[in-house]
Amino acid sequence: MNTFKSLKEFYWPDKRLFIWSIIFLIIMTILTMAYPIVLQFAIDEVVLSANWGLLPYLAGGFVVITALKAAATYNHQYYGDLFGIRAVYRLRSRLYKKLQYLPFRFYDNAKTGDLMSRLTADVEGFRFFLSFGCAQLLNLVLLVTFSFAVMMYYSVPLALVSLAAMPFLAVAVYRFDKRVHPAFKNIRLSFASLTTKVQENVSGMSTVKSLSREDFEMGRFDGKNADYKDKSLYTSTIWAKFFPVMELIGNVCVVVLLGFGGYLVIQGQLQLGQLAASFSLIWYIIGPLMNLGFIINTFSQSKASGERIVEVLDEKEDITSTTFSEPVDRLNGEIVFHHVTHTYPGETQKALKDITFHASPGETIGLIGATGAGKTTITQLISRFYKPDEGEVLIDGRAINQYRLEDLRAHVGFVLQESFIFSSTIRDNIAYGRPDASLKEVIDAAKRAQAHEFIMELQDGYETVLGERGMGLSGGQKQRISIARAILINPAILVLDDATSAVDMETEHRIQAAFQEVMKGRTTFVIAHRISSLKHADQILVLENGRIAERGRHEELLKKEGIYKNIYDIQFQDRETVMQEKV
Amino acid sequence: MKKKNAVPNRADKGRFRYSQDQIIDKAFNWEQIRRLLHYMKPYSKKLLPLAVIAMLAATSVRLAAPVLIGYTIDEAIQPGDWNLLMGITIFIASMYALAWIANTFRIKWINQMGQYIIYDLRKDLFNHLQKLSHRFFDQRSAGSILVRVTNDINSLQELFTNGVINLLMDIVMLVGIISILFVLSPELTIAIMIVLPIMFYISTNLRRKIRRSWQTVRLKQSTLNSHLNESIQGIRVTQAYTQEKENMGYFTDLNTDNYEAWEQATRKSAMFRPLVELSNAAGTAILIWYGIYLINAESITIGEFVAFATFLGMFWEPISRLGQIYNQLLMAMASSERIFEYMDEKPSVPEKPNAKELKAIKGDIRLESVAFSYDDKRTALHEMDLHMKPGQTFALVGHTGSGKTTIVNLISRFYDPTKGRVLIDGNDLRNVTLDSLRSQVSMVLQDTFIFSGTIMENIRFGRPDASDEEVKKAAYHVGADGFIRALKNGYETEVEERGNVLSVGERQLISFARALLADPRILILDEATASIDTETEQIIQSALKKLLEGRTAIMIAHRLSTIREADEIVVLDHGRMMEQGSHHELMKQGGEYYRLVRAQFNVLDTG
Ligand SMILES: Nc1ncnc2c1ncn2[C@@H]1O[C@H](COP(=O)(O)OP(=O)(O)OP(=O)(O)O)[C@@H](O)[C@H]1O
Ligand SMILES: Nc1ncnc2c1ncn2[C@@H]1O[C@H](COP(=O)(O)OP(=O)(O)OP(=O)(O)O)[C@@H](O)[C@H]1O
Ligand SMILES: [Mg+2]
Ligand SMILES: [Mg+2]
Repeated sequence: MNTFKSLKEFYWPDKRLFIWSIIFLIIMTILTMAYPIVLQFAIDEVVLSANWGLLPYLAGGFVVITALKAAATYNHQYYGDLFGIRAVYRLRSRLYKKLQYLPFRFYDNAKTGDLMSRLTADVEGFRFFLSFGCAQLLNLVLLVTFSFAVMMYYSVPLALVSLAAMPFLAVAVYRFDKRVHPAFKNIRLSFASLTTKVQENVSGMSTVKSLSREDFEMGRFDGKNADYKDKSLYTSTIWAKFFPVMELIGNVCVVVLLGFGGYLVIQGQLQLGQLAASFSLIWYIIGPLMNLGFIINTFSQSKASGERIVEVLDEKEDITSTTFSEPVDRLNGEIVFHHVTHTYPGETQKALKDITFHASPGETIGLIGATGAGKTTITQLISRFYKPDEGEVLIDGRAINQYRLEDLRAHVGFVLQESFIFSSTIRDNIAYGRPDASLKEVIDAAKRAQAHEFIMELQDGYETVLGERGMGLSGGQKQRISIARAILINPAILVLDDATSAVDMETEHRIQAAFQEVMKGRTTFVIAHRISSLKHADQILVLENGRIAERGRHEELLKKEGIYKNIYDIQFQDRETVMQEKV
Repeated sequence: MKKKNAVPNRADKGRFRYSQDQIIDKAFNWEQIRRLLHYMKPYSKKLLPLAVIAMLAATSVRLAAPVLIGYTIDEAIQPGDWNLLMGITIFIASMYALAWIANTFRIKWINQMGQYIIYDLRKDLFNHLQKLSHRFFDQRSAGSILVRVTNDINSLQELFTNGVINLLMDIVMLVGIISILFVLSPELTIAIMIVLPIMFYISTNLRRKIRRSWQTVRLKQSTLNSHLNESIQGIRVTQAYTQEKENMGYFTDLNTDNYEAWEQATRKSAMFRPLVELSNAAGTAILIWYGIYLINAESITIGEFVAFATFLGMFWEPISRLGQIYNQLLMAMASSERIFEYMDEKPSVPEKPNAKELKAIKGDIRLESVAFSYDDKRTALHEMDLHMKPGQTFALVGHTGSGKTTIVNLISRFYDPTKGRVLIDGNDLRNVTLDSLRSQVSMVLQDTFIFSGTIMENIRFGRPDASDEEVKKAAYHVGADGFIRALKNGYETEVEERGNVLSVGERQLISFARALLADPRILILDEATASIDTETEQIIQSALKKLLEGRTAIMIAHRLSTIREADEIVVLDHGRMMEQGSHHELMKQGGEYYRLVRAQFNVLDTG
């Protein structure tokens, strides 16, 4: 019940819809009783009493009652549905918002498929209960009570004897539910795992093909497919076992009704019409009870769904703006790392150890070092994507957690190491950080990133719609679009995380030249493996295992004969010879 | 498609573009039915007939019961014949017992058949997808492919399990009820049958409207899902550019579109039940009025009247279900059309029926006047001749977008050239089996992909039968062993899809190890070390030298230190080959390559 309580804010604002739906439901159930009563009346009061004058009223009255019932049914269902889908609307908005603000930490270990299923299937499961589950439960109680009351009114012994088998039905329903519930859960899990497999296979198709692993994949998929089939078959055997039994119990009740009821009629203790009506009434009792298992099942499923939704909603947004931070218009770009140590959540090894440096506004900082040395980590701390364990990061002399998050990030242009392209036009992709930018500004940024030329070669130019993850572009083309995206927001601090790794040197050189013009007076972080990309940095930090091993300008580092010099030698060993090889 | 959906699309002009599936309201297509039935064939000898027999038995019992009850009322209860009452009661009870057994088997057998068919169908589709070529996947989003393998197939499940059998059952029921009623009282039957057309109308026509509106909802839903998927995957960019609010605006539009479509669908579907009940009530009113008149005229008995009432109650069910099956069938048409559309898709790089196995590759690669275009609009490669000798290392250099990846795509035969041919050891690639080619050619891709699972499993993907030791050795050769061991659980560390907890370079090393483990005759490295530091790269290169003894390697790189050692260097520009030769030769020539190298050093000096 706690789940329903904590999600109350999403459905309770529409409580009026819910209440109306329930009111109409009660009316509907009461009117359902009309049919057997009319039947009984027709036989006992009209036929057997030869009271033919009542006939038109009876038939007419029945039509009128059914019309009323139809209206009630319509309203009940409509209001119930509306109650559910409004809750879905709110829930989805909130979940989406939540996802937008959850920190990187959360996404590092998240499965897209799992999140998706919470936002879709679980929201749907929860709605189903709001719209139907609740009402069905109530409907069941009302229908059974009313029908039983009418039967008791006709004949107490008949009601008791013919419903004597009910406890057996209850047992069957109970056992059915106990077995079918986990079986359904298994089907769901099995299907989820099948879905994940297919998704991964399709996303990684190039890898599969490049290693010719199609047969292997078919084998893996077959396992999941067979599992899903087996789980479904198992569930259907439960069905096959219990459902006919429940039906049989119901039928036994009918038989008893016929035998005992017939006896009572013969004895004169019951009227024939009452017996006829009881044939309908008894199904009003048995039918819903057979469904009880399902209703309980929906209930527990939607509770589980609700729990999974609450889990997402309760996920901590541990990186937020402090309330008293004032908005800032512009940053100068002075950055200080003060003994910063960072460990990724759940890891034992430190990714950064005691990092200290100072970047003055307008400086270019180069970061170089082995794979996994911590270069990306440093830059991600600037934008507060993660929270360091120890130490402080300051911008313009103020600790970064004193800024509003959106101000901070709006002033840091980030070109992530892996370029991500949205399914949208090239123009919208470049203008992602500033949707209101004019086309001229977009073109300007693209020119600076050396992307304009190839964009113009495309048939629709800037209006070309790119596919998922930038399908149809070469690696370097994607990177240049990402760079243009960063330039366009005109940031005070620019981070280029290996942003030109797939771009050839000449193009890179042109991009850098353009940067020098744009980045006057701004602070730039350049992560690269090529010495040529870093050479002009005002400060180069050489990282090794999360520590700063060397620092200084290019020339200073060459003199040190350390890691940097070594990299330089590898990359430029035959510079002299090359330069001498004259044409 | 007759009608456009009336719901406005707020999200259409938004910042994201998602291709939408059309509302498909496919008419009956016999060809598709035939293909679907084909899947039933393996089971039509045993499971299907058994299920049909069980179904017939159970249905007869259901039909007989009201008649018997009516008979009891007239012959036993009214005259007060106690023995007859007992006798019939026991008879009915034993009939129900029979129905119980029949139903047990019907449910079991029919589900078995359905699940087997679904299994077969899904397997066929997935396996077929594996055979399709890059071009197919280039043009479609992962989500839309996924939906076909999962949801579209599932929507056939209901049809194959209960749909088929219910169709038969309902027809038997309807025919049965109508014939019995006719025998009991033709006049009353005709009078009541007046409502039949109304029922059919509601069942088909209203249902169709309802279905259309639900289809609209489903389309909106699928756009919403595509966006959710993308927004989760691109969340890092979104947060880096503080676009959370803007995206929420877009999502609100999507959500509102969805809500409105849904609300309309609800409005329509809520009408269904009341209308059905009303038409049913009309039937009942006729029964009461005219039926009692007939009792009065002594042309029917009270027992028959009760039987009529019961049958009338049973009448709606098969009609309603037939309408439902009809709907299901139409939806299944849409789904199966989409499924068969994929199944009919031919690989764009087909394997010839008489394709031969490629023997152990020596590594002589030849491109003969090859031209290529991905989409028939832009040319990625202009006529090009290229020769790579066995056992040598080649480097492809050139500006971004100059066609380097394209060349290696052709050598792996991910695409076929638009013109000309590609030969390995003198065999046109179009004449050899794909498996024999690709199992000997491994490629480390520019975009790495990490599967969810352990690191061990990820590397082993290159050769599933490799031992743990071999996996570790491959990791060792690419210099990945160190960082893997440092992880919390070493090689058994679990990573999620795309390997977010690893640094980009680390991911690249893993996919490198994966390709090495496959032990290829030709190794292709497409900027495989772009995100890897220079020192590690050196380690890899010296390891490769030993490992690749006598094999052909093709590498694409922008870092001069990576390519300098290559035996031959091919310089590309705008899809054309500019020059080819060793580093020294090309430097001497003083052409494009010389310019590139000079430029690099100039960058160092000036800038
Ligand atoms: N799947 C595709 N569909 C359509 N066009 C494509 C596709 N892949 C690449 N292209 C285009 O073909 C041309 C050559 O691309 P290719 O990937 O071969 O370049 P590349 O030399 O590898 O560049 P980079 O160094 O940036 O990776 C480019 O203009 C690119 O936009
Ligand atoms: N999200 C994460 N969760 C846990 N560990 C991480 C995460 N991201 C990186 N790491 C680990 O932290 C270390 C530093 O990673 P980082 O991404 O900063 O390396 P890098 O210097 O950028 O390397 P590369 O050149 O390969 O990009 C690595 O050992 C990596 O495995
Ligand atoms: Mg990195
Ligand atoms: Mg490429």
